Amino acid sequence: MTKRKFQIYRGDNDKGEFVQYETEIQEGMVVLDVIHKIQAEQANDLAVRWNCKAGKCGSCSMEINGKPKLSCMTRMNEYKPDETITITPLKTFPIIKDLVTDVSWNYEQNKRIKPVKLEPEAKTEKGYVMYQKDVDRIQEFRKCIECYLCQNVCHILRDHDKKDVFIGPRFMIRVASLEMHPLDRGDRIPELKKEFGSGMCNITRCCTDVCPEHINITDNGIIPLKERVIDRFYDPVTILRRKIFGPRKKKLPPKKF
Amino acid sequence: MSSNTSIDFHSKGFATTLRKDKWWLYPGIVVFGLTGFLVYGFWSAWQADFYWYSAGQEGFGGYLAPFYSPLLFIKEGVAGAAPMEHSLFGPWPEWWPQWLPPSPSLLILAIPGIFRFTCYYYRKAYYRAFTGTPPACAVGALPRKRKSGYKGETGLMLFQNAHRITMYFAMIYIVVFFYDAYLSFFRGGEFGVGVGSILLLGNPILLALYTLGCHSIRHLVGGSRDCYSCSMIGNASHETGKASGWLNRRHELFAWLSLIWIMIADFYVRMVSMGYITDLNTWG
Repeated sequence: MTKRKFQIYRGDNDKGEFVQYETEIQEGMVVLDVIHKIQAEQANDLAVRWNCKAGKCGSCSMEINGKPKLSCMTRMNEYKPDETITITPLKTFPIIKDLVTDVSWNYEQNKRIKPVKLEPEAKTEKGYVMYQKDVDRIQEFRKCIECYLCQNVCHILRDHDKKDVFIGPRFMIRVASLEMHPLDRGDRIPELKKEFGSGMCNITRCCTDVCPEHINITDNGIIPLKERVIDRFYDPVTILRRKIFGPRKKKLPPKKF
Repeated sequence: MSSNTSIDFHSKGFATTLRKDKWWLYPGIVVFGLTGFLVYGFWSAWQADFYWYSAGQEGFGGYLAPFYSPLLFIKEGVAGAAPMEHSLFGPWPEWWPQWLPPSPSLLILAIPGIFRFTCYYYRKAYYRAFTGTPPACAVGALPRKRKSGYKGETGLMLFQNAHRITMYFAMIYIVVFFYDAYLSFFRGGEFGVGVGSILLLGNPILLALYTLGCHSIRHLVGGSRDCYSCSMIGNASHETGKASGWLNRRHELFAWLSLIWIMIADFYVRMVSMGYITDLNTWG
């Protein structure tokens, strides 16, 4: 048992302060354990959102020593024994209380995306055979736990506050998961460019760096979408090909026997 | 609880952060690396001489500095210039402005320059290091004072979409550099190996590894499809996409290696041509 120092943000969106705490920690503890210990022993009114404590619900997102992280997956032995650990709520979203932020803006963005539009026969018993290689890419995106660490760290939302023109990395990969689906017939490329702000992203890859599910958001999600926008609007070769031969007809996986 | 201190929570401003690690290290290395390359590149291109070495022997073979390849035109009578038969379009044009040195390099650097400038990896590197948007993750980005604010790659930087077009041309450079490497294994028509040959062979290999792992290529050879199992072409594009993806995951590595290697190869040929370095080789 060793005593460690913490400073935790206490307050709301308008007024707040850092409050210093000292508590004993045991081997194997994560930052969320420490917050719960402080809550139990010293600050019963300390607000923190959490649920699974296993890195799968995405509730306990916060900033630890300035880095966006899941507190349940951040072990105390990552930090030097003599350093004061600073814990703050997500910067990009309004603070409700202490470490809890209002992330409802994200749910609004989700509603803006056209839902999946499946081939009619995909819904029948006959259906299509789905091969692993056809769904590899979208399965990576489906690992998302909606912790919104990527939305929080994205400088377009965080520093420039451009929430009106960019939906953020989490929803870029949601668009990617739909666009790359072998059975989806929807076309989201025009709104991706005009409404969702694909051009706002400047590929600095912070969303990928903070993702606790290790989804390669930038390289496998955002850049392929930007390339699809280029196909449609900027590449003279693909534009000419489309003018001559028409849009590429979507091919479907083989049907079940 | 020990004490309370009022603070300017999540203070805004360039490079402000609560991070305690060495976040400035990556942008610092990038500034050093890219500035060094740009300074050397412009210096080399501006020289207009000593870009060819064949130990005074005529006939097939010789070293050509990669910053000067391909040779569209050649100015005769320049020290260390290549023989006229290596020029694609003949002697130096008369319309060339007098205030610019007659450097073949100035004619061909734009395409690879724009290709690298618009590369998705380099974008991350210089946006972080030079424009501070942001300098590092969760570190304050450079504030925009204009009313429109940050515009990303929608305003002037819409130009970044030229990456696809320059990629088509960059493929030609790989072929040209492989030809230069082939040329470097001959001197006066005789086959041999020199340090310069190895450097000039490494250049197109690394450049190919960098270019074939480019996000645009990965998209064209595989990523643009939604279904791979639907056709023979789909199956083939899944395999090519996988190969390009393997290189793509190492894009940063090959971006730096190819950048450093081409600079070393160019410098070596220039130094050998100027007589400052003696080329070790099998020609004797």
